[in-house]
This record gives sequence, C-alpha cells and structure tokens, in this order.
Amino acid sequence: MSTAISRDLYVEQADEHHDTSGNTLLGFWLYLMTDCILFASVFATYAVLFMNTDGGVSGKDIFELNFVLIETAALLVSSITFGLALIYAKHQKRSAALVWLMVTFVLGCVFISMEVYEFHHLIEAGHGPQRSAFLSSFFALVGLHGLHVTAGLIWMAIMMFEVGKTGLTKRSITRLSCLSLFWHFLDIVWVCVFTVVYLLGVL
Amino acid sequence: MNLAHTTPGNTSESLIASVKSYLVGFLLSVILTGIPFWAVMTHHFDKPITLGIVLVTAIVQIVVHLKYFLHLDFSKEGRLNTFSFLFTTLIIVMVVGLSVWIIYAANDLMM
Repeated sequence: MSTAISRDLYVEQADEHHDTSGNTLLGFWLYLMTDCILFASVFATYAVLFMNTDGGVSGKDIFELNFVLIETAALLVSSITFGLALIYAKHQKRSAALVWLMVTFVLGCVFISMEVYEFHHLIEAGHGPQRSAFLSSFFALVGLHGLHVTAGLIWMAIMMFEVGKTGLTKRSITRLSCLSLFWHFLDIVWVCVFTVVYLLGVL
Repeated sequence: MNLAHTTPGNTSESLIASVKSYLVGFLLSVILTGIPFWAVMTHHFDKPITLGIVLVTAIVQIVVHLKYFLHLDFSKEGRLNTFSFLFTTLIIVMVVGLSVWIIYAANDLMM
C-alpha cells in the first residue's frame, strides 16, 4: 500500500516538476566528466607503454587504417543519426525518432562487430594482450571504449522498447537526452583513440 | 548546453534549424576526419608536418563535437556544464601530461 503511494508520488513528481530534467542532465554530465578522467588515465598508460613491444609487433605492423576508417565512419554517422532521433523525439515525432534510433543502433553494432573482429584476428595471430605491454595497453584502451559503446547499445535497445511502449513522455526524453550525451561523448573519445593509437601508431 | 532547457517547440522551423546545426557539425567532422587519415595514408607530407596536421585536426574536431553535438556554450544555463568540462580538461592535462613527462624522464635517466 505504502509503496504504491510513494510510487504514485514519484510519478507525479517526475511528470510535474519541470526542472528535474535539467538536474538529471547536469548529474549525468558530471558522471561523464569522471569517465573522461578514467579514459585519460588509460590513455596515459598507453602513452607510457606503447613502445614496450618486447620484440613483438608494434602498431605499424598490425594496424589497418582502411579498416579503422570504416569503423570511424560508422561511429561518426551514428552520432548524427542519434542527433536526428533526439530532435524528432523532442518534436514528438515518435516513428521518425524510432527509425533514427534503429539506424543508430545498427551503426553501433557495425562498429562493435568490426572491433570484435579486429581483436579476434589479433589474438588468433598470437598478438593477444598477454604478448607485450604495448598490446596489453592497446587492448585495455580500445576495449574500454568498446565496452562503453556496448553499454550504450544496450541502453539504446531499452530506450527503443520504452519509447515504442509508452511513447515520448517527458521522462523518456530526459533519458534519451542523457543517452545522447553519452553517445556523443563516446564519439569524442573515439576521435582521441584513432588519433593517438592508430594514426600516430602508423606514422 | 541547451538540451534540457529548450522547450519542445512544435514548429517545423525550429526542427529544421536543429537539423541544420547537426548537419554543419557532421560535415565539419567528416572533413576533419578525412584530412588526417589522408595525410597519414598517402605520406603526402614529411613526418613532423603530418604529426602536426593529425594533432591539430583532432583538437579542432573535439571542439566541433563539443559545440555542435554536445551544445556546450557560455550561456547562463550551459555555463555549469562548460566550466565542469574545462576543469576536467585541466585534470586530464595534468594526469596525462605529467605521467608522460615523469616516465619518459625516468626512462632517459635509466639509459
């Protein structure tokens, strides 16, 4: 009984307090800032260790820039398709928002499949993370970004389900806005990854 | 950052304006991704120049993403986000810059 009442109160608050979505977004932004520092630490680790190849392969030997360019394109296009999804969601155009979310989801899946393929290929060839400090830090950095993208994809699938089921409520738009911050943030991290790891590695 | 504060306007003009802003950001990103990949893949320039191009385009691209996709600005509502980001940038520069400096200096001393 009491839980039912408190849940009703919660729903009422969530629906009627118009300022809370701003607080939610600021809180999520602050989480992203801490995530930035996590990524920065792993980037620092990579920068310190990338020359320690222990006689094994270096970045020049294993990176395929054509492959990375396609990965980058998939992620970059997914960024704008998510932007379109959010714009349509804010304008209460549900089917358009769902279509663009779906496109974003597919592009994210393309990115993750390519990354898994690359990792599998490297490990098969004997260049697994246990081979050298360079490969450990490479797998840690690129894998951490991949894990974030995977989490974003799961979140996106849940949001598509929610929007499909309950429509574009104020609460689901706040959630989509948070996911939008997360998704664009991951794209920025990927800009750093392809610059520092792949381009400077091949140079 | 206007995400939270833009009232969900139902006019088609505001829709077109937001789409346009995203498209501008996207086009800039495509160019700023294309240039460094082209420079590295074709070896068109000497190594130090390529290094410069890659670093500069990356930094410009991050700014483009922050402005057009994350909508960071110095407006009254967005200021808190922007300053928290700038503070984080300071921490990151210290964490990455000083780590690299310390370890590379130590490596030199060990030689």
